[in-house]
Amino acid sequence: MLLDALLLQLGYNATLVAIGAALLGTAAGITGTFLFLRKRALVSDAVSHATLPGVCIAFLLMAFAGGDGRNLAGLLAGSAVSAGIGLWCMNWLTRNTRLAEDAAIGAVLSVFFGFGIVLLTVIQTLGVGRQAGLEGFLLGSTAGMLYSDAVVIAAGGAVTLFLVLLTRRPMTLVAFDPEYAAARGLPVDRIDMLMMGLVMAVTVVGLKIVGLILIVALLIIPAVTARFWTERSEYVVLLAGLFGGVAAYLGAALSASAPNLPTGPLIVLVSFALFALSLFLAPNRGVLAAVLRHLRFQRRVHLRQGLLALAQGQAIYESLTLRLLRRADLVRADGVATGKGKARAAKALRDEQRWEVVRSDVTQEAAAALYDGLRDIETVLTRDQIQEIDRRIGGPREVAS
Amino acid sequence: MSGEEFVPLSLTPMLIGIFAAIACALPGNFLLLRRQALIGDAISHVVLPGIVVAFLLTGVIAAWPMMLGAAGAAIVAVVMIEAIRRLGRIEPGAAMGVVFTTMFAGGVLLLEQTDTSTVHLDVEHALYGNLESLIWLDATGWASLLDPQALRYLPSELPRMALTLLGVCLFTAVFWRALKISTFDEGFARTMGIRTNLLGLGLVITAAVAAVAAFDAVGSIIVIAMFICPPAAARMMTNRLEAQIAWSVLYAVLSAVLGYVLAGFGPLWLGGADAVSAAGMIATVSGVILAITARFGPCRGRSGAPAAA
Amino acid sequence: MSVEIVKTQPEDATISAQAQDAKIAQSPLAIRGLTVSYGEKPAVFSVDMTVEPGQMTAIIGPNGAGKSTLLKAALGIVAPVSGRVSVFGRSLAEQRARIAYVPQRASVDWDFPTRVIDVVLMGLYRELGLLGWIKGGHRAKALDCLERVGMGDFAARQIGQLSGGQQQRVFLARALAQGADLYLLDEPFAGVDAATEKAIISVLKSLREAGKTVVVVHHDLATVTEYFDRVFLINTRRVAEGPVAEAFTEETLQAAYGGRLATSQIDKLARA
Repeated sequence: MLLDALLLQLGYNATLVAIGAALLGTAAGITGTFLFLRKRALVSDAVSHATLPGVCIAFLLMAFAGGDGRNLAGLLAGSAVSAGIGLWCMNWLTRNTRLAEDAAIGAVLSVFFGFGIVLLTVIQTLGVGRQAGLEGFLLGSTAGMLYSDAVVIAAGGAVTLFLVLLTRRPMTLVAFDPEYAAARGLPVDRIDMLMMGLVMAVTVVGLKIVGLILIVALLIIPAVTARFWTERSEYVVLLAGLFGGVAAYLGAALSASAPNLPTGPLIVLVSFALFALSLFLAPNRGVLAAVLRHLRFQRRVHLRQGLLALAQGQAIYESLTLRLLRRADLVRADGVATGKGKARAAKALRDEQRWEVVRSDVTQEAAAALYDGLRDIETVLTRDQIQEIDRRIGGPREVAS
Repeated sequence: MSGEEFVPLSLTPMLIGIFAAIACALPGNFLLLRRQALIGDAISHVVLPGIVVAFLLTGVIAAWPMMLGAAGAAIVAVVMIEAIRRLGRIEPGAAMGVVFTTMFAGGVLLLEQTDTSTVHLDVEHALYGNLESLIWLDATGWASLLDPQALRYLPSELPRMALTLLGVCLFTAVFWRALKISTFDEGFARTMGIRTNLLGLGLVITAAVAAVAAFDAVGSIIVIAMFICPPAAARMMTNRLEAQIAWSVLYAVLSAVLGYVLAGFGPLWLGGADAVSAAGMIATVSGVILAITARFGPCRGRSGAPAAA
Repeated sequence: MSVEIVKTQPEDATISAQAQDAKIAQSPLAIRGLTVSYGEKPAVFSVDMTVEPGQMTAIIGPNGAGKSTLLKAALGIVAPVSGRVSVFGRSLAEQRARIAYVPQRASVDWDFPTRVIDVVLMGLYRELGLLGWIKGGHRAKALDCLERVGMGDFAARQIGQLSGGQQQRVFLARALAQGADLYLLDEPFAGVDAATEKAIISVLKSLREAGKTVVVVHHDLATVTEYFDRVFLINTRRVAEGPVAEAFTEETLQAAYGGRLATSQIDKLARA
């Protein structure tokens, strides 16, 4: 059953939904990257919650006009309008009042959602048509979906992805360095608006599959996940699209494989699994790598400081330093330096003196900027340059030990 | 309306609404000033997995296990957000988004997988509660407030919410000065010996307790609205923290009362037959208040340069 | 590679360990082997510092040399990778009440809903405790501190309505209210008007006259000789430390600033 689902063997609707979800996931991953890099990830939360009143009003209008209140395209159009109003309110609040963006996001999302709930109860009590299905927009539901709905979703996913690919260059520029983008004459404000437009498009198309509460996950998690793997902007965008697409496809397929497996939550949980793996295992920014690196770094700092203290005959106060020196056989148990320790200490002190020369030399600014107390001077200067410095500070002298 | 109708049908839901609104608005003031307004949003989303897990563990729908489950989930969420933020060096908003969507998704999935057909446990209830149903049928009028027999059948949400509010007030009063200093200038607060990390955690836990107690009666959506809207509206009215707190309490009460009345009687005035969601209406009213103060409040504009990032 | 063997006995190593300990015990702020790192690059590396009591010390160095970081680590605001800090010979935690800190002005949100007098009263936190009532005496003390920085008329103002220099003076008044013995100031003269600079320096000098110790992160090399008794030059490592006449020289400046300061400028400063 699961294999069937993954290979798109579960009927026409499920296949369309899975393809639509994958396209949408890819578009969401890419769009979300821009938001994330602009440090506005949670704006999407306000946008998605703000869709609810629009869905309800569209339903009421369509029902009163005598049509089928549940026409998906109509409902999605309504959701887009109210999401747009929500976005405008949010921008107005941050621009014209003293509220920070997080407060504006929270205000818009709670008030619009609350108003949407009021409208939902109105629909329930008015008894216009069967209101069944509107709740589906909260959590998404693809079970028993109409063929036409599946087509809307697949097409919506494709169009959104196409739009994202079309506009990715200016968006990347603005997301990474808005000031530089402005200096190059790009209309930053308008591109920001475009970005929000794409967020709205992703939200609206995703409403039926993932639901308005969880759609933010599609925009946030893949981008955050991708960031762990690379420092280069183009790759973050690509990877986020990939992670988003894979998670959405797997989630949709899994949910089609058995009853009682809602699509939205599964997509989110698959995304999170990818995120958790990346958080721990990514080579550079991953937690495991960072912990190991920090421990190594701390040991280097302590060893170096210990050697310098030995060289200058200063007392060493910290037990970690002493322990490390002892373990490296640089001092004896009673804290007196061994022969090897004396040699290494002398070298460390000498390197510091060499660095001092480098750092007070106007012509060596580039090399001096690399100083951090730990870097070996041999990695920065050539043998000849070091010899030149040694001549200036008076060459190595023998010490009677 | 006479006491015979008001006391049994409206007094308790109104009081519960008011207490819940104040309990959320008080810590909300500090969260707002600390740029952590969305913590309330995150907490209210993770309440769902908390109560589902509590139900799975105990097999019953009872107030205390579920509140413990919700509180546990809130703490897990806060710790996870902090861990992801620090370990992954990710900005707080994104870390929050990762955590609360995942936990909410887990809650929904668990709920779908569990047979809850025999009990009243669903997502909609967690989202917008059922304030209207918290009536006090044993009351016959104002005199019932002094009648021990009738008081025994008071909805248990009322004393629970009152107790929570008392706890929140106590926390705010005791740590008032420390909260104020560390919210304004964290580095300075640390040099004064204030444990700013612990205090921040305490604030978030207080907010979580308020959110958990409130969601049971009124649902998550007003919880988020009350964390943010009354303090935000109060911010437009004054430049003093003490006054801001007072305004926020006033707006919270106003939202709760007006929202409840409009939800209950508004449709009747408009010719409809049934009431609409009180929780949704309270959130809506708080939004209207915020809109009015944002447009006309005397202190709505920024003063002073915002802090450099 | 052959290991070089050099003399391991620089001049000041003749000071015995006991003398070192005595120096640490007397110093208002003694730092030993302090390394602070943001990520993998140390901002401050293995720094020793011994502040002399009753003197005004300037911490100077180029941008990004670790001046503010040094101060924050000394105060326990950022955690060091290694190193010890002692305040009046004891641990920082024991001596908190004797230190007052003036952070950089830009480190807080000035739109915070509070008045000038309330900010100064924050300096009395340790005296008031969690629940103590603010009495007339406390208010009078806070007002007096405001008067000393020339801000007595601004007590009831909202802090967002102040100019940059006025904000800086409010921060100084808050530190005065603490009644500390050691004052640590982070760039108090950055971006302030001349009147504020004069007011601040006269307050700092009066503190010194009262026997207090003052340490200032300072960026304006031109005023060092005029304002301070001692300097501490830092560029990730300690470059020089001592009385201005000895430690603030062409040679030490060259060492601290390297290529980042024109030679002519250094000449002028060293002569000043």
